[in-house]
Amino acid sequence: MARVSFSRNHASSPLARIERIWGWLLTLPFVLGLLFFSLGPISAAIGLAFFHWDNLTPPRFAGLANWQRLWGDELFWKALRNTLYYVAGSVPTGIVLSLALALLINLRLPAIQIFRTLYFTPVVTSTVAVALVWTWFYDSNYGILNYVIERLGRLLGIAWLRPIAWLNDPRTAMPAIIAMSVWKGLGYNMVIFLAALQNVPRELYEAAAIDGANRFRQFIHVTLPGISPVMFFVLVTSMIGAFQVFDQVYIMARDGRPANSTLTLVYYLYNHAFRYLDMGYACTIGMALFILIGAVTGIQIVLQRKWVHS
Amino acid sequence: MKTLGRNGNKWLWPALAYTCLTLIALLMIFPFLWMISTSFKSMEEAFRYPPNMFPEHWHFENYRLLTKTLPVGRFFVNSIKITSLNVIGVLLSCSMAAFALARLNFPGRTLLFAAALITLMIPWQTTLIPVFILFQKLGWKDSHYPLWVPAFFGGGFAVFFLRQFFLSVPRDLYEAALVDGLTPGGVLFRIYLPLAKPALTTLGVFTFITSWNDLLSPLIYIDTLEKMPLTAGLSFLQTQYSSNWPIMMAGAVVSIIPILVIFYISQKVFVEGIATSGLKG
Repeated sequence: MARVSFSRNHASSPLARIERIWGWLLTLPFVLGLLFFSLGPISAAIGLAFFHWDNLTPPRFAGLANWQRLWGDELFWKALRNTLYYVAGSVPTGIVLSLALALLINLRLPAIQIFRTLYFTPVVTSTVAVALVWTWFYDSNYGILNYVIERLGRLLGIAWLRPIAWLNDPRTAMPAIIAMSVWKGLGYNMVIFLAALQNVPRELYEAAAIDGANRFRQFIHVTLPGISPVMFFVLVTSMIGAFQVFDQVYIMARDGRPANSTLTLVYYLYNHAFRYLDMGYACTIGMALFILIGAVTGIQIVLQRKWVHS
Repeated sequence: MKTLGRNGNKWLWPALAYTCLTLIALLMIFPFLWMISTSFKSMEEAFRYPPNMFPEHWHFENYRLLTKTLPVGRFFVNSIKITSLNVIGVLLSCSMAAFALARLNFPGRTLLFAAALITLMIPWQTTLIPVFILFQKLGWKDSHYPLWVPAFFGGGFAVFFLRQFFLSVPRDLYEAALVDGLTPGGVLFRIYLPLAKPALTTLGVFTFITSWNDLLSPLIYIDTLEKMPLTAGLSFLQTQYSSNWPIMMAGAVVSIIPILVIFYISQKVFVEGIATSGLKG
């Protein structure tokens, strides 16, 4: 049989040699990419966090100076708190709402694909373009959002429904950015949840129905356990993405305005690296972000044993 | 279906569901409608209170003024160039590496695959600065190279994604083709790639969207306005016209049209590809 010649036990067989050469040839670009664009740079970044460097004069060894500075840097802690606020505000809301949308789409009514496509539209458009239009919504004086709020307040006679300064008020700026981000990301997780929902075996629902479980109990005892691995995936990827938020903050609240209430870690890193030319300190901020994301992801991997069914 | 037949009422539930669906659809689409509507308003009308949903007179001046103040045509050409090179680069380099990892036996394969998985966990902002310095040393600052050259060197996620897809193609196909005298490279290009069209389409569209929408890399690498791609170039409208919303909205409309066209053409393949793979940049 021809199969015999595919035995991979002999490293010296002609096929093994061909596969070896082609294997190295085909992966060569990727190997170079790993070295030059990820593994090399990450090692360099770890090293640079221990140097002072303005990108003009040669780097000077700094020991732990950057880390000590980070520890006492109030603006860093502020950026960290803002980022955690963003993560805590956007991730759970996004997950709950996108799951709700997926359940709605999963009703499999006629023409449902049209809605699925519409809900996905914000996902594909650039954050820059949609952040611009949301900034216009939020405009304190002429924004349509304040107009609607004012009209509603007058219509219903509710005194506290008054125009809000949104992006100009340190208390509302971050929630406003979170709302926009949730809106933009809904369709993405919806599509993933939708695929998960369709993978839950129908028989499980039928069995639960026979046992007298109503729709709500079916959701709790069949749907949620069934989609929990995907829920875990969505949770981890959304959190990692949320920790790296930059585009919408750059457009909607340039420089962390107002009063640094929207300054995030990546924005802070960007400022130090490319505006203050403080590469060493920027790398330290990057490392802190890396450690933070790693820790949070690690905690989730440990916790998932308690709630993810596999 | 039993979902529809609850309480013997055939109409109530679908009607309720469609009402919800439509309201949410309005919420998702309204910002785009408002973007388009504002882009055709005069300054005076844009700031009118109460606002009009549709412009009284359709002003095309905003688009004309947009092209006059910013080299939008240039931006557009830059975006097309950078984006297509990214798509070609990712598809080529990643399918090569993915095929080797899925089908070929060569020393270092396991290690390479592990390395690819590890890179998935590195936030790309951490590597930003060393990569920036590398390109600066190469004299590539203020050029398009940093924006597309990396694509030709693969990416952990795309390689992982395609490898899983290639693994699902029967191994016999590969072995039979070798017996017929094809080289492993020939098997990849003549047999595996044509079979992988859905996966490649998903990856291609996704790469197109990510690359077209990228803000941070052009901001970092490009200094000359004429070399900016469209999305990042658009952010300059904010500094030039801090409160001229009609012009900014015109810019936003121009920048999202290509994405929407690509998306609506490919949405079935694309959305389903994402659903099954959880593809993310």
